[in-house]
Order: sequence, then structure tokens, then C-alpha cells
Amino acid sequence: MTTVTLTGTEADPRRWLKAFASQEALLAIAVIGLAIAVGLYNPRFLAARNLSDVLLGNAYIAVAAVGMSMVIISGNIDISVGALIGVLATISGTLAVNGAPAVVAWSAALVAGVLVMALQGVIIAYLRIPAIVVTLGMLSILKGGLISVTGGKWITDLPDDFHLADVEIFGTLPFPVFLMILATILAALWMRYSASGRAIYAVGGNAEAARLCGISQPRTIVMVFALHGLFAGAAALLYATQLRVIQSTVPPNLELTIITASVVGGVSILGGVGTVVGSTLAAVLIAEIASALVFIDVSPYWIRAVQGVLILVTVIADILRRRRMAGA
Amino acid sequence: MSEIPLPQTAKRIMPWWLLRHETMLAVILLVALIVLGSLNSRFLTIDNLLNQGRLTTEVGLIALPMTFIIITGGIDLSVGSIVGLCAILLGYSWKSFGFPLPLAICFSLLVGAAAGFLNGIVITRVKVPPLIMTIATLALYRGLAEGISQARSVRGYPEWFYFVGQENLFGVPAQLWLLLIALVVSAIVLDRTTFGRTLYAMGNNETAARFSGLPVDRAKLIIYTLSGLMAGLSACVLVSRVTTTRSDMGIGYELDVIAAVVLGGTSIFGGVGTIWGTLVGLAMIQLLKNGLALTGVKGDATIVVIGAVLILSTLVASSLQRRRDGVFWSV
Repeated sequence: MTTVTLTGTEADPRRWLKAFASQEALLAIAVIGLAIAVGLYNPRFLAARNLSDVLLGNAYIAVAAVGMSMVIISGNIDISVGALIGVLATISGTLAVNGAPAVVAWSAALVAGVLVMALQGVIIAYLRIPAIVVTLGMLSILKGGLISVTGGKWITDLPDDFHLADVEIFGTLPFPVFLMILATILAALWMRYSASGRAIYAVGGNAEAARLCGISQPRTIVMVFALHGLFAGAAALLYATQLRVIQSTVPPNLELTIITASVVGGVSILGGVGTVVGSTLAAVLIAEIASALVFIDVSPYWIRAVQGVLILVTVIADILRRRRMAGA
Repeated sequence: MSEIPLPQTAKRIMPWWLLRHETMLAVILLVALIVLGSLNSRFLTIDNLLNQGRLTTEVGLIALPMTFIIITGGIDLSVGSIVGLCAILLGYSWKSFGFPLPLAICFSLLVGAAAGFLNGIVITRVKVPPLIMTIATLALYRGLAEGISQARSVRGYPEWFYFVGQENLFGVPAQLWLLLIALVVSAIVLDRTTFGRTLYAMGNNETAARFSGLPVDRAKLIIYTLSGLMAGLSACVLVSRVTTTRSDMGIGYELDVIAAVVLGGTSIFGGVGTIWGTLVGLAMIQLLKNGLALTGVKGDATIVVIGAVLILSTLVASSLQRRRDGVFWSV
């Protein structure tokens, strides 16, 4: 198999930029185009209430997809994140209900997220166990643990000040949307301009070359997973605080939706390529499609099939594009 | 059955740890049997053990082709979703298309094979890594199952259809015969045919296998199609056992299957593994579930144990593999 590694420095910078611009521009056009098309069919889709519900309800997926994108760019995968978000939401909610100050409850989710993911990172990077096995095992540990500890009981009577998702920044911007944009921009800048951010691309693109450049592969992978845990923690807070209850079960197939957002956002599954701007746009697009299905009278039960087709098409397009670029 | 399926050179260099690995597994299984048996008198009865065999058949049928796939260094995460899709199409084609049930069964097997074939063709032609391809189809096939069924279940199959899932044949659960036949055939194919040896060659060094003129792509296409077909068969057995069809059938099967295969000593890095090991892995997981359940541990806690076992057994296998690699390099 011909592996072409385009890590910024090696590739022609213009083509590099063009490849990115096209994926992200494409997604932006898709988001707007779909809104217009569905709006023409059913104007109620464009109601401000619906559009903001779509954004608010799915911002946490975009936030988690930022971390997932880093993981995939580094050449790994994580399928435990859905279960982890469920566990973190429950930890945070349990603390809040038992009288812990909101700040403590929030930080607990972030810290626990970082710890669990960093542990997985260590097993993957230093003990050399493939990410798929570690995260598949962790998925089962977290899912089983959550259900057997909580017994499936929902957490209710959450204190008012716990509801992070209700906070509005500058009086108008809802916190989930603010966090989604902030996380995306910060992560994008960091990954593009800092040495440690570039290291993620280097490790995912060509691990051997990265090692020769003096980048520690294991350390980078642990860092990526720890950050992924931080974003998962933030996503869990949004998930936990957007409703008045926390369902103490793992949202089914949440990890698939998050992976879909990353992959459709242009993060190459072969590692080394992609941006978090793309993954956030893709998360918005997926949420928009799910909502649009309802407005064009298609059963929402088809949503996962649509997700599957989206991943398949993007992945195949990505590989064919790489092959063409390798040939050119 | 203590054959060590490795190239002759490897066999001479280090037979000891492989032998020990399989012996170790068998010993652990034996100890687990005795401990669980002494904790609960219902555990070590023929009835209970046969019943556990019945329950493990659906996962076992899929674990056989999964062993092939993991030996080549690949993976198939979509098997659980194929089970769901085939189960739905079995019920749907019988109830809504009005197919006679035997035809519906063939149809669902065909769909399973086609689903696996799609995985295989994209993996070999487009060169999408198996992990990503089967994550995509994990979503796609489950989505199709949900979309087609609209979350409605199908019940009321004719009485004869329940034979495989619920009755005994010669005193043994009927579906266990299916598993036994599949097991023997897979073991012979893997150990005694050129095709089987090709799988090991691919897992050890795919480029070398290609340059040796082995039909690498064709072998991949066959094993992924087989995986889909067996998932379809597993769906039929499952529907026959539980008498209903739902779109969430088979969710999480990939975890059980992969855990059984990896626990059975098949290396996730490819090149190493036996059907015999997978059988021991299957037995261990099912007995662990059953034993824990009988000693009062709830179902959800047992999947915690399976997850931990999966990670730990891979840790052991990888440290052994690294030692093996060390031996290889020094030759």
C-alpha cells in the first residue's frame, strides 16, 4: 500500500491549503444548502426556534468531536467516548445533587475525563496495545459499570446553578454554542501553530519520521488522549445540563455519531490530516440532517443509515483523493 | 489439537511459549470450572453446561470467521449490525414480502453474505482500513435494520422454525451441532489447507505474502464475506431461539466475539491464532458470564469483567509477541 504522508512541511503548501479549504468549504455549503432546500420544502424548518434547538442540542457532539479529531489525526481511534460521556455526566450530576458546589461538580467531570483517557493513552502508547482493543474494552467497562452502579436510575432535582447549558454569554449567546465555537477555534489555532499541536499531525502522518525529528510518539499520544478526555468532560457537562434530568445510561451509539462528525469533517482515517473546523461543521451538518428528516416526513429511524452512508462516502473519497495526489 | 500453526522455522525456534499459552488457557478454564462449580452446585451440571452451549452458539458462529480475519491482521466490527439486519430481513421478508420461511432464511443468509462482501470489496479494492470500513458499516447496517423495521418487531413464526433454537438433537441442543460442524470445518481449513496457511502468511507479512504470489485480495474477500454469512446464520439461530425479531438484535456482539477470539490466543497484530484457542476463549467467556450470574453478580457487571479480560489478555499476548519478535530478529 502506498502511504503518502502529507505533513505540512513536505507537501506543496498551496495544494495543502486547497485540500483543506475544499473539505471545509464543501461542508459549509452543504450546511447552508441543506437548510435552504429543506426550508423551501417546509418553511417551519427555518424557524429560529428549530435552528437554535438543533445547535443547542448537538453542541456537545461537536465539542467531543474536537477531541476525537485529534485522536484520529494521531492515527488512533476511540470508541469508548460515548460511554465515558455517560459516566462523566452521572458523576457530575451525582455530586451536584449531593450538595457539592457547581464548580466542584463541573471540575470533577473534567478531571475524571482526563484521567480515564490518559490511562487509555498510556496503555496504547507505552504498552503498545492497539487503540481499538483498549477502547473496546473500556467501552464495556464503563457501560457495564455505569448501569450496575446506578441501577439505571435517573438523576433528578439538580440544583439550578448546576445548569451550565442555561448560561448565556453576553446576554444572548447560549453557553453550549459559545463553548462549541471557542473549543473549535482554540483547538484549531493550537493544532495549526504550536509545536505540540503540529506534533499530532507528525505522529499520525509518519511515526518514524516524527521520531527522527525528535518528537516522542508515546508522549504525544498520551497528551492527545488526555486532551480528548478534557473535551469529553466538557461535552459531558453540556449533555448533563441541557435537560432537567440525567439518564444514567449511556446514550446509544453516541461514539458513532462523534466519529462520523470527525471523519465527515475531513479528518483522514489514515492519520495525519484534518482540522477541527471541519469536524465541527460536520457535527452541525449531521444534526441538521437528523432534524431535516423529520421536516421532510422521513422517519427518524433512518438517521443512522444516513450516518453510515456519509462516513462511507467521505472515507472512500478521501482515499481516492490521496491516491490521485500520490499519482500527481 | 496441540498443533502449532506457525511456519516450520518459527516452530523450531520457540515452541515453548505457544504451548504454554494454550496450556495456560486450558488450565485457567479448568480452575475456573472447579471454583465456580464449588461456589454453586447448579453450575457443574450437564443441563447447565449444555444450556450455556446453546447460548454461546450465536457468538461462536461469528467467532470462527473472526478468528480468520484477526489472524490476517484485520478486524470486523460490523458483525453485530449484520446480525440485526439479517434478523430484521428474515422477519420482514417473511411477513411483508410474503416469502415462504425457508426462502426468507436463504434471503437473510444471502443479505449477510452480501453485507460481508461489501466490506471485503471496499477493503480490498479501495484499500480502506478494515477498522474504519467496518465502523462505517456498523452504523450503516444497523441504520438499515432500524429504517426497514421502523422499530417494529415480527413474531409468530411457524412451530418448526423453533427447532434449531430450542430443541435437542441426540440429547444436545440442536444449534450446537451447527457450531460443532462449523468448528471442525474451520479448524481443518485453517490448519490443513493452502487457504488457511495463506491467512497466516498475510498476518505475518502481507507484502511478503503478495510477493510470494499468494491470492491476498481474494482471501480477504472470502473471509469478510464468510464473516457476513456466519453473522446471517447466527441471526437465524438467534431469532429461532428468542422467537422474535427486533432491530436491536446483536448489539455489542462484536465485543463478545473479539474478546473470545483474543482471549483464545489469537494475536490482534495478526499472524498467530487457532480455532482451538477461540473455542477455549468462547467457553471461558460464556462460563464466566454464567458463573458470575449464578453467584449473584448482575448482567451489567459481567460486561465490565469481559472488558477488563479483553484488555488484560491482549497485554499478555503483546508482551509474548514482542518477545517472539526479539527471537525472530536475532535469527
